[in-house]
Amino acid sequence: MASGKRPEHLAPPEIFYNENEARKYTSNTRMIEIQLKMTERAVELIALPEDTPCMILDLGCGSGLSGETLTEQGHIWVGVDISKDMLDVAQEREVEGDLLLGDIGQGMSFRPGTFDGAISISALQWLCNADKKSHNPVKRLYTFFSTLYSSLSRGSRAVFQFYPENGEQVELITQQAMKAGFTGGLVIDYPNSTKAKKMFLVLFVGGQQQLPRGLGTVPGERGVPGQVSNTNARQRSKAARGKPLKKSRDWILEKKREKKKARKGDESRFKVHRQKKKRSLLK
Amino acid sequence: MKLLTHNMLTSKFMKGVTQGFPLGIMASEVKEVEVDYNPEFISRMIPKLEWNAVYQAAESVGKLDGLPKEIPANMETDETFLKKAHHVLMEVEVISGNLICPETGRKFPINNGIPNMLLNEEGV
Repeated sequence: MASGKRPEHLAPPEIFYNENEARKYTSNTRMIEIQLKMTERAVELIALPEDTPCMILDLGCGSGLSGETLTEQGHIWVGVDISKDMLDVAQEREVEGDLLLGDIGQGMSFRPGTFDGAISISALQWLCNADKKSHNPVKRLYTFFSTLYSSLSRGSRAVFQFYPENGEQVELITQQAMKAGFTGGLVIDYPNSTKAKKMFLVLFVGGQQQLPRGLGTVPGERGVPGQVSNTNARQRSKAARGKPLKKSRDWILEKKREKKKARKGDESRFKVHRQKKKRSLLK
Repeated sequence: MKLLTHNMLTSKFMKGVTQGFPLGIMASEVKEVEVDYNPEFISRMIPKLEWNAVYQAAESVGKLDGLPKEIPANMETDETFLKKAHHVLMEVEVISGNLICPETGRKFPINNGIPNMLLNEEGV
């Protein structure tokens, strides 16, 4: 994948997910595993009636990785994506769901109450960027959520696994969803693990239901998968060696002092001013 | 594109369109595939469908095969009907052609079985 930069800052999705990227996406086993796990978790969060084949909408279905999990669980699905190349790969892989080439920011166009649920894996963050001059992300988000709301049947849910860039983005998305009539909120799995942390926006149609609990948040629950739990021991031994712990307040202050010493006196004063100004511009 | 999906699609997201349903179908290539028959799913879906549009769609792609114009009473237990419905909804696929907005006449092309619903900015 791209060197640490967020994909949605590099290009609009229909260009980023070109033929090359589409193939990479579907041949990377680790990527596939992650997508499958997230889809399974999303389906768990939709809480569909047991042993009942349902009609599901997959938003940003891409090459059909998430759709295949839906098929495995016995559901019928329709997928929408903006990248023709990704959809072609899905078609090649002969996924069971019907595919539509479309831009969800332009609005969903289904008869009211068509779907028993909707999922979206790693797609929602793309809606927050203005990829064209005429794009207004706030309007697009609202159009998307309000038309999605009417496409869903009463009592159903829409679950979005996504990668928000920051808290403002989360707020923007949630605001527009609520404005469109949804209730619900954010469910965060493994909130204390940078690696395993996953965010799910869980939306309800037709009245607030109880928000499911995030994984890895119950004390005594099975820990974060794949993590080694000796970080506490590490911290203690470092403190014993007389050095401040990395990223602790003392460590930060010491680093600041070192940097200041290395610079000439006037310059460091100037830099402090600049930083002060920056801070006041931020909310 | 299956006829089941066609029965759910509208062009209502376009400016100035009130209903946008049903979309007309002009198919240049239609395929028939085999899909596992699930009577529970079919009988659950049928009340959600616009049956007239199902009939019309099947007719326009030439795959009516004796599909009734009206849903029979006791449809849940009418095996013959359910199987016919299953065939028309799940086993007939439009591979290429056009979907047509009933109010504006705008065409949405279908290629490789995938309808293109993208609008240029003016149409939104």
